[in-house]
Amino acid sequence: MLRPVIASTVLGAAVGSLLAASVLFAWADGPTGTVSIDNFSFGPQTLTVKAGTTVTWTNRDDIPHGIASSNNAFKKSGALDTDDSYSFTFTTPGTYQYFCYLHPHMVGSIVVEATTGTNTTQ
Amino acid sequence: MNKFDHQDGVSRRKVLECMTWCGTGVLWTIAGGVPHSLGIMGEAKAAETRGLTFLQISDSHVGFDKPANPNALGTLEEAIAKVNALPQKPAFMIHTGDISHLSKEKEFDDADHIISQSRLDVHYVPGEHDLIDPDQGKIYRERYGRTANGAGWYSFDANGVHFIGLVNVVDLKAGGLGNLGNEQIEWLENDVKGRSASTPIVLFGHIPLWTVYQDWGWGTEDSAQALSYLKKFGSVTVLNGHIHQVMQKVEGNVTFHTARSTAFPQPAPGTAPSPGPMKVPDDELRKMLGIANVTFKQNEQRLAIIDSPLQS
Repeated sequence: MLRPVIASTVLGAAVGSLLAASVLFAWADGPTGTVSIDNFSFGPQTLTVKAGTTVTWTNRDDIPHGIASSNNAFKKSGALDTDDSYSFTFTTPGTYQYFCYLHPHMVGSIVVEATTGTNTTQ
Repeated sequence: MNKFDHQDGVSRRKVLECMTWCGTGVLWTIAGGVPHSLGIMGEAKAAETRGLTFLQISDSHVGFDKPANPNALGTLEEAIAKVNALPQKPAFMIHTGDISHLSKEKEFDDADHIISQSRLDVHYVPGEHDLIDPDQGKIYRERYGRTANGAGWYSFDANGVHFIGLVNVVDLKAGGLGNLGNEQIEWLENDVKGRSASTPIVLFGHIPLWTVYQDWGWGTEDSAQALSYLKKFGSVTVLNGHIHQVMQKVEGNVTFHTARSTAFPQPAPGTAPSPGPMKVPDDELRKMLGIANVTFKQNEQRLAIIDSPLQS
């Protein structure tokens, strides 16, 4: 009686792994956007993406920077040392102004557009 | 190799390293109310002055290891050794921020270990690099700001001079410059209200309290309001760091002065694509790092400030 129980447990674990893998795959497969921080500026300064896009900022300067929404519309990053990255997934359409909270003269924006051709209505 | 290197007993290797990367500070003299820069510290006549002499160091950036200076701790050590070699011991030291590069405990530990070798009381104000731990300045406040107000501002008196340490690196606004904030400005107004107009005032903070270069954020959004409460005073000296180079401006009774970094130089305003660390030839670096020594002399109008590079 023991053997079938073990078998089903193993099977359950295998299915769980498959599910986890597909979830991870979906994450990696989602739309992405990148912003590079070079010479105390964001490139591109304005990035336009579809809703659901994960935007990743990467600091290429020799000085740390930090990403903060100008009106607390999204979670701010920790301090990004050289080559550190920060990612945030924008699900709601709109224009997101942000700045470097260490060097506030550095500003940029993410424009998030509604996805089209899907059932998403936002 | 200079006299100082011999006195410090450093190894040849160390000297060669330090010939590449070194830092110093600014010597200030307050004389009758107005600060004087005494010029290069190596030429300081501080030992001959009477009154109050204190030292300013800034922008140690302990933990910085990029090409502009792979050993910022080493150049801080050089700067402190230079302080220890002064002919007249300063009364105390002020550090105008960016003690650390990334607000890490180890960076503060390393900085404290070196700076304590001066055996001087040190009055700190934070730079933006000192408040980027996950708790946004908790480490700084616990180490340096236990008796301070708010994010770390305070005042004290020495030899009849009133010193005010300000914080202009918190709650920065998108698109803006340094920021003092209403709470601190109100505190400042009350702090100076009852004082005699003949009291020499020394304000110190990290980011310049006058606009050096707006495009790079080198200024403080609400500094004009803060300075408006100091108009009655005959002598106001404003000491800052942040821009890693010496700049001075005199406006009426107010003398503004920035000190060199002990870690790495930054470009002159507008001369580079960004204000980031400036890589210079190895034999140039020590000339661009430094300390400042300030002397206040009774019955003279200005503080004397000696900006002293590690290597002249």
